[in-house]
Amino acid sequence: MSTAVFKPRPDQMGDNNEKKTSYLTAGFNIRSWLLTVDHKRIAILYLLSLTFFFFLGGMFAVLIRLELITPAGDLMQAETYNKMFTMHGVVMVFFFLIPSIPAVFGNFLVPLMIGAKDLAFPRINLLSWYLFMFGGMLGFAAIIFGGVDTGWTFYTPYSSTYANSNVILAALGAFFAGFSSILTGLNFIATIHKMRAPGMTWFRMPLFIWAHYATSIIQILGTPVVAITIILVALERLFHIGIFDPKLGGDPILFQHLFWFYSHPAVYIMILPSMGVISEVITCFSKKKIFGYEFIAFSSLGIAVLGFLVWGHHMYTSGQSIYVSLVFSVLTFLVAIPSAIKVFNWTATLYKGSVSYDAPMLYAIGFIGLFTIGGLTGVFLATLGVNVHVHDTYFIVAHFHYIMVGGAIMGYMAALHFWWPKITGRLYPEVWARVASFVIFFGFHLTFFPQFIVGYLGMPRRYHAYPEEFQIWNILSSAGASILGLGYLIPLIYFIWSLKYGERASANPWNAKGLEWEKADSPPTQFNFDKTPIVDQEVYDY
Amino acid sequence: MFKEFKFFPEQASTLAGEVDLLFYFLIAVSVFFSSLIFFLIYVFAVRYRRRSEDEKPQQIPGMLKLELAWSIIPLILTMIVFVWGATIYFDSYTPPKDAMEVYVVGKQWMWHIQHPTGQREINELHIPVNQPVKLTMATEDVIHSFYVPAFRVKKDVVPGRYTTMWFEATKTGEFHLFCAEYCGTKHSAMIGKVVVQEPAAYQDWLSGGTQNEPLEVIGEKKFQQFACQTCHADKPNSRGPSLVGIFGESIKLQNGQSVVVDEEYIRESVLEPNSKVAAGYKPVMPTFKGQVSEVSLLQITAYIKSLAKGGSN
Repeated sequence: MSTAVFKPRPDQMGDNNEKKTSYLTAGFNIRSWLLTVDHKRIAILYLLSLTFFFFLGGMFAVLIRLELITPAGDLMQAETYNKMFTMHGVVMVFFFLIPSIPAVFGNFLVPLMIGAKDLAFPRINLLSWYLFMFGGMLGFAAIIFGGVDTGWTFYTPYSSTYANSNVILAALGAFFAGFSSILTGLNFIATIHKMRAPGMTWFRMPLFIWAHYATSIIQILGTPVVAITIILVALERLFHIGIFDPKLGGDPILFQHLFWFYSHPAVYIMILPSMGVISEVITCFSKKKIFGYEFIAFSSLGIAVLGFLVWGHHMYTSGQSIYVSLVFSVLTFLVAIPSAIKVFNWTATLYKGSVSYDAPMLYAIGFIGLFTIGGLTGVFLATLGVNVHVHDTYFIVAHFHYIMVGGAIMGYMAALHFWWPKITGRLYPEVWARVASFVIFFGFHLTFFPQFIVGYLGMPRRYHAYPEEFQIWNILSSAGASILGLGYLIPLIYFIWSLKYGERASANPWNAKGLEWEKADSPPTQFNFDKTPIVDQEVYDY
Repeated sequence: MFKEFKFFPEQASTLAGEVDLLFYFLIAVSVFFSSLIFFLIYVFAVRYRRRSEDEKPQQIPGMLKLELAWSIIPLILTMIVFVWGATIYFDSYTPPKDAMEVYVVGKQWMWHIQHPTGQREINELHIPVNQPVKLTMATEDVIHSFYVPAFRVKKDVVPGRYTTMWFEATKTGEFHLFCAEYCGTKHSAMIGKVVVQEPAAYQDWLSGGTQNEPLEVIGEKKFQQFACQTCHADKPNSRGPSLVGIFGESIKLQNGQSVVVDEEYIRESVLEPNSKVAAGYKPVMPTFKGQVSEVSLLQITAYIKSLAKGGSN
């Protein structure tokens, strides 16, 4: 590996001798945070901003579930309700789920795990946070100025011609957040290629790194397409240039192709990093080498590549050619295989292990449980004949929440609990963390499982009012949502509590393998390692 | 409040049973695999729980045979499901020849339905039982989606083109009709019902109410109202081609290609007259875009269709 990696940046030459200063105590004023180029501090900036957006998006979900307790649209007006589900989707997808694990844990851990001092482009990393915040503020402004009502999918010609809400602001928010995502991906790819410590060969890399590598490829290749699409919608909306609206000579289906060309792979941007987290946690808490390392690593790449070829499965009922649907269907079935491989390998890793049930492991097992159901129901949706009936119903809503909340957010929670001692140097109260994981798991099922049933019964999504016969399932779902909401508040409280009162964490509280545990302090020093680590062990050498 | 506590929707079309059968199969496969995973995790979790901090478990890096097994078995299963699902989709795509035709126009936020006999309905569709029905659908504004859960059918209604769907009801009764594609403020109020009747009751319904003119007669009036006949008269040397007997036929175009005259071609020729001009004619027809509604277009189409049936050929 290049030795240039560890040359201190000119602006930090002076600090180089204070090696034992943790990155948290390296500076206390606001400037030292807002102008930091330290990947760990940028990760903290993301953690704070994403927590804000997560609870903002969650607030909209609360209002949606309150409205749906009764069949009549009685809590709010239809227009308000439409804005609620739109903003829930926009905030959660663009300002929480897509950045989530890569921006917080990827930023924090990629250099630590491969034995580097920082990412390849520290200043671009800071720029990506500012772009994200600018996008986030535009999205937030769209909400403050009255909201958006197009659905997070922005389907044309409704979004480009008919909607009377802040479409442009919200779409531009997603546009800028997208550039942040591209830059993060770029940074990871460069870092993983060029900055691995001596001895850190490709097949000694933790699977977390493989997952982020695959994610970065999608971010770089997919995100520009949605950026272009947003610009086209804006051109049509502002200047009436006919692109998507047939009244202006455009084609509304073109929008769906462009949108899903990004937004389907975007699902893998959300789930792949989570899978990376699960691989780390499972090995650590069963004290075992992961089963089938290469298969898990290459299944991440397989998902990234195949993920680009399946977007048309969102459009089986759109009137696209039946032969096109046929091809997309078969490719969608193929993408199920690498996901299945991962689940089987994680399960096999437990075999003959020394398995303990600390909070991160409970979240990881929860992930497997929820992701398995999410993945299998994805197979239902890939099936042409069945999809026609359940498309745009609550069945879909349930499916993608099993993937995004059950998968991506469970992974995020696992990561938070696993690396919290490393990030903050403090331990959280284990009992509360275990309790919260059960509350979340139970609340999640109660919220979303009834939606599979009510979806197959035929309840369409995005309905403000619905026929009475669907009420029982909606009541169950709303009850579950209140439990789920509570489940997310408990960690918020004990994590904040632990910052002041939590027991101090040792460098390696879990006895885990990996450079970030074995060679770095908790919290790590400003430049991660005292000297460049040399890797002479195989990965997960438990 | 909770009259019914059911898990599966009513089966009221020829398609419903087929879709449900595949759905049950998928449930069975899913229950099998998730139970397998959950069972293994549970067993391993109990059996291999950490008993002391310094246990050194036996390291197993992987096993090729297992990897192949859990790649290939799911692959085979998914391919079976793929073929099964595709078969249902293809079968449900082409309407039978004897299907009764109904025209649907969606607009924010209602369904406007026209029967060939001239009956018009809003948010209701009356059809006879055991009779295939083909819908030809258009929208005046944004995308809508025509969804009847009891029939397991759904099709988007897309601006700028016609989409079609068909079904055959097997049960009399009233069934939900939903708009499934989000279409703006009152999306959830764009609902209605499909009323399936015995043939006799359906005939009563057809003849009841206000006397309706058949669709083709309304279409003929529209045809004249837009002065189409000044050019498209059925006589030699007209500026436009005669429309008698052309529906369903293949005609030659100016550029040497040919096209089958169907609903989509008629619609295109009215709105974008110069895109596919019939051989031997000049591209002189003005566009009627913005002047003729989707509803009128379907009426005019019905008229042109009737010229094919009764006509001079």
